[in-house]
Amino acid sequence: MNADEAMREITLAVNGKTHTCKVAERINLADFLRQDLQLTGTHVGCEHGVCGACTVLVDGVSARGCLMLAVQADGCRVETVESLAAGTQGAAGLGPLQAAFRDRHALQCGYCTPGILMSLTELLRDEPSPDEEAVRLVLSGHLCRCTGYQNIVAAALQAATKPAGGA
Amino acid sequence: MDTIVPSGQVVEPAAATSGDGYTARRMFGTRAPRIEDPALLRGEGRYLDDIRMPDPLHAAFLRSPHAHARVVRIDLAAARALPGVVAVFDAQAIARELTSLRMPLGFPSATLQKDITPWVLSCTEVAFVGEAMAMVVAESRAIAEDALALIEVDFEPLPVVHDCHQALDAGAPVVRSDAASNIAERLQVGFGEVDTAFAGAPHVFSESLFVHRGAAHPMEGRGVLARYDPVEDAITVWTSTQMAHEVMHSISAMLGMDQHNVRVIAPDVGGGFGCKYLTYPEEVAIPAAARCLGRPVKWVEDRAEHFVSAIHERDQYWDVDIAVDARGTILGVSGRLLHDQGAYTPQGINLPYNAATSVTGPYRVPAYRMDVIICQTNKTPVIPVRGAGYPQAAFVMERLLDRVARELAIDRADVRSRNLIPAEKMPYDKGLTNRAGVRSIVDGGDYARTQSEALARIDYAGFPARQRDARARGRYLGLGLANAVKATSRGPFESAVIRVSPLGRIDLYTGALAMGQGLATALAQIAAEQLDVPLDMIHVTCGDTGRVSLGMGGFASRQTVMAGSSVHLAAVEVRNKALKVGEQLLGVPMDALRLRDGRVESVADSGRFVTLGDIARKLKGAPGYSLPPGITPGLEATGLFQTNSQAHANACHACEVEVDPGTGAVRILRYVAVHDSGRLVNPTMAEGQIHGGIVHGIGNALFEKMGYDDEAQPVTGTFADYLLPTATEIPHIEVVFIETPSPTNPIGVKGIGEAGTIPVAPTIVSAIEDALSPWNVHLAEAPVSPVRLLELIDAATAT
Repeated sequence: MNADEAMREITLAVNGKTHTCKVAERINLADFLRQDLQLTGTHVGCEHGVCGACTVLVDGVSARGCLMLAVQADGCRVETVESLAAGTQGAAGLGPLQAAFRDRHALQCGYCTPGILMSLTELLRDEPSPDEEAVRLVLSGHLCRCTGYQNIVAAALQAATKPAGGA
Repeated sequence: MDTIVPSGQVVEPAAATSGDGYTARRMFGTRAPRIEDPALLRGEGRYLDDIRMPDPLHAAFLRSPHAHARVVRIDLAAARALPGVVAVFDAQAIARELTSLRMPLGFPSATLQKDITPWVLSCTEVAFVGEAMAMVVAESRAIAEDALALIEVDFEPLPVVHDCHQALDAGAPVVRSDAASNIAERLQVGFGEVDTAFAGAPHVFSESLFVHRGAAHPMEGRGVLARYDPVEDAITVWTSTQMAHEVMHSISAMLGMDQHNVRVIAPDVGGGFGCKYLTYPEEVAIPAAARCLGRPVKWVEDRAEHFVSAIHERDQYWDVDIAVDARGTILGVSGRLLHDQGAYTPQGINLPYNAATSVTGPYRVPAYRMDVIICQTNKTPVIPVRGAGYPQAAFVMERLLDRVARELAIDRADVRSRNLIPAEKMPYDKGLTNRAGVRSIVDGGDYARTQSEALARIDYAGFPARQRDARARGRYLGLGLANAVKATSRGPFESAVIRVSPLGRIDLYTGALAMGQGLATALAQIAAEQLDVPLDMIHVTCGDTGRVSLGMGGFASRQTVMAGSSVHLAAVEVRNKALKVGEQLLGVPMDALRLRDGRVESVADSGRFVTLGDIARKLKGAPGYSLPPGITPGLEATGLFQTNSQAHANACHACEVEVDPGTGAVRILRYVAVHDSGRLVNPTMAEGQIHGGIVHGIGNALFEKMGYDDEAQPVTGTFADYLLPTATEIPHIEVVFIETPSPTNPIGVKGIGEAGTIPVAPTIVSAIEDALSPWNVHLAEAPVSPVRLLELIDAATAT
């Protein structure tokens, strides 16, 4: 770290765990999660806010990790992909949306997947039974080069019909 | 709404049931969930930038802001003085670490212009925007980037070659001062009596076509991490690549270290699509810096760099003629292809060569000739992206056939079916050779059936009525169709090693490279089919040169065919060996034994068994104790499937679009894709390949344009300017498979990764033209933007 670099202390809850740390003022939230907290599930795809790979939830709302400074998350509750399998067990332990992604072959290289999972998590919380159009609208904030989106749509709709703890 | 129903129609394999009711496990051909997925879904993937290293350094590259300039002076002093900067390398400094400052040529060529490859760092001249000139290595990436801003460079701008037509002008500037001319190579491909065919032809039609394909744009860019071990004088390099072994050989040559001391590992790769099938200057510079500085060095490309320094496909101009008889039967095709190669040629001429030799595609063409001019321009270098020249060639051929149909008033489907290679003519000699001189033989397929299936699915017969009804309501529908064939499975070989450990772990190592397709799952399925184990018992390692000495990697839709066949051969050998040893250890004849869940057991009495681990322990040897008679050491086998033949995958696509003549907006209403990729290892993953391939093609047809101005300055440097397709532009894609086993390999498969992309642009463009037929708009280019469509409608209205 450059000795001259401006630092600031922040406190935030990431996936339910509170962290108080000194961070560079200029570091963005995605880099902070990846480098300082070693939560490398959040990926950086374009660093200009278009591809959506770095999407995380900040106080329950989706945000581009590359367009938000870590210091702006001071006092916030941040959720990343690493939180989605919480409470599941085994080598294939996956949350319901993740399991639907596996069932429907909704990922190939997997690089864009964590950001998409977070946006869909937000969607399914707000709207537990979205239709295809609503899913595609949310997905339009994400770029995926592998899947052509079709199986992601299918996975989201599958997860929607079986919400966690639901019927 | 049935839009989420998987659309594949596949033959599920018949299972073999033995006397006691146990059904041998079938893995080949099943929709097995991927073994890669759980880790990736939990955020536990390990991509290049996720690898942690003690005491790492971070690199950033200074890149040319000029398309062409002389470097008068470069001053590194201020950058070197910045606290946290460990080293700054310019060309001179990096040259001291290398055997050559110039990158090696990917594919050998006797005819290509000499001294045409990129520099590791450019020295006295820069030839495209994005060319690396200097490398800063610092304690953090942020500091490294701060230091870039402190490097002072005096440039003397030079005249620019911004387009390949201009490159050919008399008096045009030369792309680089060391280049003999802007033409990297001229070549001609063809067969038959072209002049005679045209001289006697009842009809000849000409087209001038422009086909642009953008860049690969995997969601993960490039990245390199290198760690040098001074005790062993050995270097380990992690890189997001499609070809670990070739990168290893390049580093070995460039750093002057024997391959024994160079290990290249591809971690999880976040997509490739062609742009990682190359040894890049950064893949040499980073290990050189790590060795020089004695600390690990990492470089992770950002998207802004990717736009200008990872390869593109870009521009091709085709001037082509087709000769036909009154029924539309093709008599000959000829023309000239002008190909934009960019400022350097890192790999060779494979992209224009593929394009020129794949025009005839699935059709019978008695005479063919294409003159190819490979032009250098002051733009980012070019190598193949998914499809590798075939999409451009398909665009050319399909546009010609649409023209023939229109001129002779023949139905577009009829003109195609009259010219498709008939199934009874298979195998069919295309009359051409590939770039390595091997004859192109189409191994099989039923092209007429593929097309008729597509027409049935899209209700081709009912379309005129739909179009009429829509027009009556002021809506403009169009239907398009196109055929394609892709020579997949390029040789000469791929490697696979299957090894069972004394603890019973089964490892599969291959030189093939996973970059997202589900290769590990596909290979595990092929192995599990023979070894009768669940997939999670097989541990697949791809692209680690320390684990397997030979390998080719991921390109040309080859890996399921080539690595799959190697895995099959190795698995059969392991299986037979296990049964042979089991026979001796259990005293039960081989044909009364079976493999099951990691054991060799008696069919009659499954309590009589020996585990694969037990067999491996026996075969690892104990000092002085003999192995079972006739058995060689080790429960492992190597498969090196070798072939020069290519399995030809084919497809027919059909789509229905609606065009708004007021805005130029194109909406794809339906998209049907019928594919024959031979036997399918995993139909679900095969569908995924087709979906992704088609959406890449939709990008090429409607959205993706890597734009440059007349000074060869890029004008599309972000995803806000360079548009990738998103979920709201994409229709539900209906995929149908026909499975014609390929005779070219022991498992009957054909490649699948690129076939989906190839016919898309001509299918969509044909549909748009059809929708706009009231205006008689003629489309001779791809991509077509709404603005461009409005221009064409306006021009057509004015005449």
